[in-house]
Amino acid sequence: MEKTDAELVAAVRQGDLAGFETLVARYQPRVFATARRYARRESEVEDIVQEAFIKAYQKLDSFRGEAPFEHWLMRLTVRTCYDALRAHQRNREFSYTDLSPAESDWLERFSADPEAASENAAAARELVQRVLEELPPAARLIINLLEIEERSVKEIALLTGWSVPLVKVRAFRARAMMRKCLAKMLKEKNL
Amino acid sequence: MNLENLQHKLILAARAHPPEDSVPYAFEQRIMARLTEYRADRWLTWSRLLWRAVAPCLGIMALVSVLSLTFESSLGDSEVLANDLDNTVLAAVANPGDAW
Repeated sequence: MEKTDAELVAAVRQGDLAGFETLVARYQPRVFATARRYARRESEVEDIVQEAFIKAYQKLDSFRGEAPFEHWLMRLTVRTCYDALRAHQRNREFSYTDLSPAESDWLERFSADPEAASENAAAARELVQRVLEELPPAARLIINLLEIEERSVKEIALLTGWSVPLVKVRAFRARAMMRKCLAKMLKEKNL
Repeated sequence: MNLENLQHKLILAARAHPPEDSVPYAFEQRIMARLTEYRADRWLTWSRLLWRAVAPCLGIMALVSVLSLTFESSLGDSEVLANDLDNTVLAAVANPGDAW
């Protein structure tokens, strides 16, 4: 019979490192999926996941068991992703004239008839990634959590450690920033 | 062009394709190797600190030894002082008739 998370955590606290390996194996797919929202290159994703699990091991004593281990680990993962975004913050300005032909084509189709441009197109996914990469770390995090993952403001406050009013203010600013990026992109493409 | 509509459409595109949750082969072993290194590093740091503390501790021990040997001769004086203190503190108990 498989051990529960609480049993494994207790074993790790008593020095059983193998218990932690079981926890890693159990939750690494979720941690990988979260990290892939914030990093494109697979090497960056792996670094984030590794950092998240090492932090989890180091801070295991602070896990009080009031919430499920998975929630605690996801909080740690989101904060690690945010730290990684801040550490790799790029100052360069991306030029939207570098869009691929498929992306330009999707934008032109959307410009002509918004209903004709499908949201299932790979080009749309690439475009949203480009726009998100342009945003500052806090704005990118909030757009991902609130708009893409459709989490509630309270959940985001818990995940990030920010207060509820701060999440709301940052969400408002992030949406405005995203629209500004889109406006810039359309201007550069003369659309 | 309607920016809000475009923003909504792009967000729908991102929602429609959540990232994969695939894991590289034996990734947990890589994490465990890092953790083993980390634990070893922690003990190594601790043992280094202890070794560094050896010389100052020996120095303090030598200094205390020298001081105690140097002032050993004046130990008699301190015994007299201790007796005087005892007499003063216990004066009221030893001679209750003298107490006001």
